[in-house]
Amino acid sequence: MLGYGNPGRRDDGLGPAAAEAIEAMSLGGVRTSANYQLMIEDAYDAAQSDLVIFIDAAKSGAGPYSVSPVRPATNVSAFASHVVAPELVLGLSGRVYGHVPRASLIGIRGYAFGFDEGLSARAQANLSRALAHIRHVVIGPRETIEQAAGGALR
Amino acid sequence: MIEARKIVVDPVSRVEGHGKVTIRLNADGSVGETRFLVVEFRGFERFIRGRPYWEVAMIVQRLCGICPVSHHLCAAKAMDKIAGVDRLTVAADKVRRIMHYGQVLQSNAVHFFHLASPDLLFGFEGPVEKRNFVGTIENYPEVAKWAIFVRKFGQSVIKAVGGKKIHPSLAVPGGVNKNLSIAERDALRIDADRVVAWCGDALELCKRLIREDAARLEAFGTFESSYVSLVRADGAMDLYDGGLRAIGSDGATIFDGVTPETYDDVIGDEVRPWSFMKFPYIRSLGKEQGWFRVGPLAQVNCCDFIDTPLAEEARLDFKRPGGGKPIHATLYQHWARVICMLHAAEKVKELLYDDDLQGEDLVISGERRPEGAAWIEAPRGVLYHRYRVDGDDLVTNAKLAVATTNNNEAINRSVNKVAIDYLTGHEITDVLLNNIEVAVRAYDPCLSCATHALGDMPLLVTLEAPDGAIVATRARG
Repeated sequence: MLGYGNPGRRDDGLGPAAAEAIEAMSLGGVRTSANYQLMIEDAYDAAQSDLVIFIDAAKSGAGPYSVSPVRPATNVSAFASHVVAPELVLGLSGRVYGHVPRASLIGIRGYAFGFDEGLSARAQANLSRALAHIRHVVIGPRETIEQAAGGALR
Repeated sequence: MIEARKIVVDPVSRVEGHGKVTIRLNADGSVGETRFLVVEFRGFERFIRGRPYWEVAMIVQRLCGICPVSHHLCAAKAMDKIAGVDRLTVAADKVRRIMHYGQVLQSNAVHFFHLASPDLLFGFEGPVEKRNFVGTIENYPEVAKWAIFVRKFGQSVIKAVGGKKIHPSLAVPGGVNKNLSIAERDALRIDADRVVAWCGDALELCKRLIREDAARLEAFGTFESSYVSLVRADGAMDLYDGGLRAIGSDGATIFDGVTPETYDDVIGDEVRPWSFMKFPYIRSLGKEQGWFRVGPLAQVNCCDFIDTPLAEEARLDFKRPGGGKPIHATLYQHWARVICMLHAAEKVKELLYDDDLQGEDLVISGERRPEGAAWIEAPRGVLYHRYRVDGDDLVTNAKLAVATTNNNEAINRSVNKVAIDYLTGHEITDVLLNNIEVAVRAYDPCLSCATHALGDMPLLVTLEAPDGAIVATRARG
């Protein structure tokens, strides 16, 4: 579980908040990372995993969250040290380590992105819904996130 | 007659942040003055005024996403003094040290593998689209594995004691807020040997690449200089603490064993109106002659020995050509940086087998003082913090002298040397642009966090007449 975003920009911290909450659940076989952004090193962890769930804040779209599959980038040259996309993490995982895990991106809808700490009330509610979904995916049958999410939650 | 003009390289890519290089040509076409300009301004010294002193170690690390630990620990060391603490508990000292070595490890790995090694692997004149870390991934996958794993390990060390890879929370005035648990220690021990081995492999790679083109690389942007670094009382390299030592270009000691409290007695700051960055100098040598270099080259040149076996062997090999005198080759900073990276890896491993890190006596206090000063060897060189605090525990004054500032004059001189050596005719060639960037990058300047690409980077070159009129422009990327 790779949750990323800036907790100093309010709801942009949804990704790290989700990762930290999942870590507190102590789910077996699950490793989490909370960071400001994805990093090239995340490719190493991805390569060690069967399933990678990227968790980011969404600035638009319907709440409470969206789930979408992530495919590996075929062109790994399109990254910068301050911008690494989920697709590139997977692409590097395949290119450097020879393994591309299944992967999904959960975008939790946020509403406030100003300079401050703390999630807005609506974002906090969306986070709770997303966490319930993630927990179901992880401890339930080993189905894909997309299947588990179901249309109503998208 | 040829008109005087300026060449502007803006921005310089693959450095931390954005810089700008201006080369002023004389009327006869020869290279005149060169200026390395930082185009950002942070202002931390001003806006931490009024904050409680115990907050500062957390605030100032926001200066940077690459070396936050250096600022965090340097500020904490200064705040130790304000808290009346001159010596931490053994556990607190070693927990801070392992975090610092984790930081040196990951930061030097970023610079060598991600930013610098593409120049060595593909050549300075190699195509820009290939001469980057992506090119390394594509063409040297084993090196890419080292790069990713060494940095990841260093960040794991930081996270283990500080809770987060970036902007961690560990040091408090007088100590630390946690130790390294046995579980955390054991998890890190699993990979420690592999990291030391891969740092050793990186050293061999670096040496091979440099020796293949030694004559050219030794002369590239090179000049003799003085060096300043922290050194332990017995002369060992100490990247966390020690007295300040300065040596001249011949290796003779200029000063030694200086304490942070007397920094201003030995180092002065010159302000030049065209730059946000100051120009530090050794007072006893004066403004003209007193400029110096800090960073890995200084760290390796100034110490008498390194107290870890592989890095010491590497240091002896590095200094052998100079017969013990300082090595001045600007690009050999990459070699020195890898030695420091190897030393940090060895130190982390050593500390992972030290039971003191599980100690529980973590914080002590003393009699409050109004002022505190401290320094640390950041990956890029000596970092100095000094604070004054009032009776309400609020910061009233702060001074932060960062490593890149200490290298300000040296970066300018390296750019000037490259311009003299590689400017031919009046064309702004790819070779000239590439070489200017390579020279600046050798210092791993941290100009503050700003987006910069690992791949192709926009590069704008402008020729200006003396009156500022644009003679020609050329863009890349």
